[in-house]
Amino acid sequence: MSMEELFHPLQEPMILAAAISIVVGAVVVVAGLTYFKKWGYFYKNWLSTVDHKKIGIMYIAVALLMLFRGGIDALLMRAQTAVPDNGLLDAQHYNEIFTTHGLIMILFMAMPFVIGLMNIVIPLQIGARDVAFPRLNAVSFWAFAAGCGLLNLSFIIGGSPDAGWTAYFPLASTDFSPTVGNNYYSLALQLSGIGTLLTGVNFITTIFKMRAPGMTLMKMPMFSWSILITNVIIVFAFPVLTVALALMMLDRQFGTKFFAMTDGGMDMLWANLFWVWGHPEVYIVILPAFGIFSEVIATFARKNLYGYKSMVMSMVVISLLSFLVWAHHFYTMGHGVMVNSVFSITTMAIAVPTGVKMFNWLLTMRHGKIQFTTPMLYALAFIPIFTIGGVTGVMLAMASADYQYHNTMFLVAHFHYVLIPGTVFGVLAGYHFWWPKMFGFRLNEKLGKAGFWFIAISFNVTFFPLFILGLDGYARRMYTYSASTGYGPLNMLSFIGALGLAVGFALICYNIYYSWKHMPRNEKADVWDGRSLEWATHSPVPEYNFAVVPNVSRLDEFWFAKKEGRDITAGKIEKIHMPNNTGTPFWTSGFLFLAAFFAVFSLWPLAIISMLVVFGFMAHRSFEDDHGRYISVEEIMETEKSLRGDK
Amino acid sequence: MNKKLSLMFLAFGAIAILSGCEPLTVFNPKGPNAQTLSNTIILSIITMAVILLVVYVLFAFMLTKYRASKASADYEPPHEEGSHVLEITWTVIPIIIVAFLAIVTVKTTSTVETTPEGYDNKEPLVIYAASSNWKWHFSYPEEGIETVNYVNIPTDRPIEFKLYSFGPITSFWIPQLAGQKYAMSDMLTTIHLAADEVGSFMGRNSNFNGRGFAEMEFEAQSMTQADFEQWVKDVKANEKPLTEEKFKELLAAEHVGRSSYSSTHLDFSPAPMAHGDMDMGGMDHSDMDMSDEDMNHEDMDHSTDADSTHSH
Ligand code: HEM
Ligand SMILES: [Cu+2]
Ligand SMILES: [Cu+2]
Repeated sequence: MSMEELFHPLQEPMILAAAISIVVGAVVVVAGLTYFKKWGYFYKNWLSTVDHKKIGIMYIAVALLMLFRGGIDALLMRAQTAVPDNGLLDAQHYNEIFTTHGLIMILFMAMPFVIGLMNIVIPLQIGARDVAFPRLNAVSFWAFAAGCGLLNLSFIIGGSPDAGWTAYFPLASTDFSPTVGNNYYSLALQLSGIGTLLTGVNFITTIFKMRAPGMTLMKMPMFSWSILITNVIIVFAFPVLTVALALMMLDRQFGTKFFAMTDGGMDMLWANLFWVWGHPEVYIVILPAFGIFSEVIATFARKNLYGYKSMVMSMVVISLLSFLVWAHHFYTMGHGVMVNSVFSITTMAIAVPTGVKMFNWLLTMRHGKIQFTTPMLYALAFIPIFTIGGVTGVMLAMASADYQYHNTMFLVAHFHYVLIPGTVFGVLAGYHFWWPKMFGFRLNEKLGKAGFWFIAISFNVTFFPLFILGLDGYARRMYTYSASTGYGPLNMLSFIGALGLAVGFALICYNIYYSWKHMPRNEKADVWDGRSLEWATHSPVPEYNFAVVPNVSRLDEFWFAKKEGRDITAGKIEKIHMPNNTGTPFWTSGFLFLAAFFAVFSLWPLAIISMLVVFGFMAHRSFEDDHGRYISVEEIMETEKSLRGDK
Repeated sequence: MNKKLSLMFLAFGAIAILSGCEPLTVFNPKGPNAQTLSNTIILSIITMAVILLVVYVLFAFMLTKYRASKASADYEPPHEEGSHVLEITWTVIPIIIVAFLAIVTVKTTSTVETTPEGYDNKEPLVIYAASSNWKWHFSYPEEGIETVNYVNIPTDRPIEFKLYSFGPITSFWIPQLAGQKYAMSDMLTTIHLAADEVGSFMGRNSNFNGRGFAEMEFEAQSMTQADFEQWVKDVKANEKPLTEEKFKELLAAEHVGRSSYSSTHLDFSPAPMAHGDMDMGGMDHSDMDMSDEDMNHEDMDHSTDADSTHSH
């Protein structure tokens, strides 16, 4: 591969500019840390941390960065298609951009945002001092970060994947995608996928084993329930991705023919494996949002969640059904009426439990006292917008009708109508809601609401026109179209909407800066008059979460304790055992990253050497004698006093 | 509420466009199968509109009635566990709606997967449609002719398109005549359709297959039986036969214009086999015996010319 080929995307001025901004950003961070002599602090407090709250914050930081990256991709795409026969991007770059947009939004924005929130909130909400495997948690994060870095690097070195985020074979084979882009795909997703799988194991164990005394499963807050179910889905779905990606790598880099056109290879095997993972994946990013909305709506309607049991039931049913619907992604592959009908029915069935949840949320607000805070606005806007996504999902589920929608802008509109109010509004609601828990100050409400209104309105302007375009025969993934199609005006409208979304996102980012500068510190622990245990401890949360682990006797224990004037965190303070920080997960993942990077270019000896270093770290770990440390009673008293300080 | 306003605005815009002079392609069918799909979609839109209405009314009601600014300062919302009656209601009604739509789906899916209604007594015209790079090859085995990037069909006769691909998966779609179906390298799929009127329709590949995807369109023209026969005769008389060499050249090319030939490539490069029993084994290739003599992989192997066409 020549140098020119290696850096070929950089020949496009747009992409060059974006690449330069990534590099400059990185240089600024590195220079800043060096200038302020913060490397030591940074390493000690962040890179080597095993504190679930800090890991969660790092997840969210990466997710926001990726929302920015994926958003720029989205703007570029919408700019390219805003007018017919536009020459802003050529076909190859458009293909790379929509592929990485999809990958980044789903795997490196939505997932880590959700995982970040779960890291921060779950131990607090179930009254635990930590996650089950703190060190493994750091490994998960750094493996994910390595995968994320690798995919973003593809942009600069060698070319990004260009066969769609679905990477259908044989298009994604070396015959038709000869650049290293899809090698990046298989390896970047592999790394981050392994991180996610480990998270799944970790949080299932945490939720099963570490709940506060008295908290049975049916006394657990809804967000914890949604995360438990999500992690069960992760543990069942992600191994399929691991295998599929391994086969993909073998096909692309070792000449096997699992998915090839010849020698008995089966392109449909890829489609099946991909969607057996891929459909549950969309529930992995949506169910946690359902949990967040449940918390937010109950808190700001100042009422307990309506129909708790049926909410739990419907989530369990959704999780089971999510594994039985994958073939709706290829109704048009010629399975015949029987198979299509079965998958149609299982798919439509998901609408039933989802509907149950919708009505439960609506009824939670009945007789309530609704406060329109920023998180509540996101939760409220979710209801009407997601319903459009849901009903168009049922329309798509009808196999016959899907013959007309498949691969069109109608589909693109549908899944954004599900993913944006579902996932993005969900994590934004959670982020505004729990921010004071993380940092001890609130985000400014005015800016928060302004951002919300920009996003909620522009969202509809961006995506509603796409339903109409789809019904007019506009296929997705086309980098351009001719003026005679008449698609121009609605595409322009959609582009204007996308600009509005960008403004909303900019406001959200500016709000971080503004609030950090201007909002009062040391907020009281229970800023929103919350219902679950995370509001019982201080903001920001001390390393050990709870000085005294609370006892629980019913759902919303904290809420009732407040009513009855009880302090559920009172009790005798004892020394607390905590794990030690360790830099090993960071360095291990660094070498994993190197191994994967060399593997992308088939530099096997270098890749093997890097992998040996990784195994070396693992071997070393197994001989390590690290029993953690104790925080003394005096130290806890000291911390508690200062946190309670000027309240 | 700004959001509501903008939603309404969009809805009106949509209706204006929907009811404008030119109906949307999918709602402008010119054949029985596309008609079935159009009806199905409209039916589902109406059903869904009812659901949307229920949710929106409830939503607006809750937000206007129970906002904190309307409640007195000392109002304490009650504790409500839920109601079995209500919860059963909003489980059962959606089940009924889904069951209804499921029946419609199964029926219409089987309708469009067979010879269009009213055409059962006519012998279907079989056309092989194969994609390669960013073009379409149409072979008429009965007539012994082949076209590239355009297809002519007679009206009032059922047509069976047999689809396959010389490369990545593509999706054959003429929205005004029928829904789409994949064309794959290792199996044959079938689309049934018929055209009721004479006309020219947009056809395209709708499954992303690389750089030239956006331009991968073709024209589907329906004409009277007599015109169609005349056209076949003309092609037979005036066009050169499609030699193996010429066909290889065509396969290797990225984009080409229209052309016509007085013989088909099926003679020297047969299509892959159809699935044995499509109803049962859509995802199973075990019935595709690779030793079958009809499967000539030499001709289907695309990797040899991939080097020349895909480097950049
Ligand atoms: C922020 C505003 C966004 C805009 C303007 C936007 C725009 C688009 C457009 C225009 C496409 C279609 C590209 C094409 O078919 O030519 C697309 C594809 C896609 N988007 Fe977005 N998007 C946005 C946010 C998101 C979010 C938040 C997610 C996920 C959580 C997401 C997930 C996807 C996926 C999975 C695809 C399919 C990629 C593929 O075809 O391989 N998008 N987006
Ligand atoms: Cu799906
Ligand atoms: Cu097949």
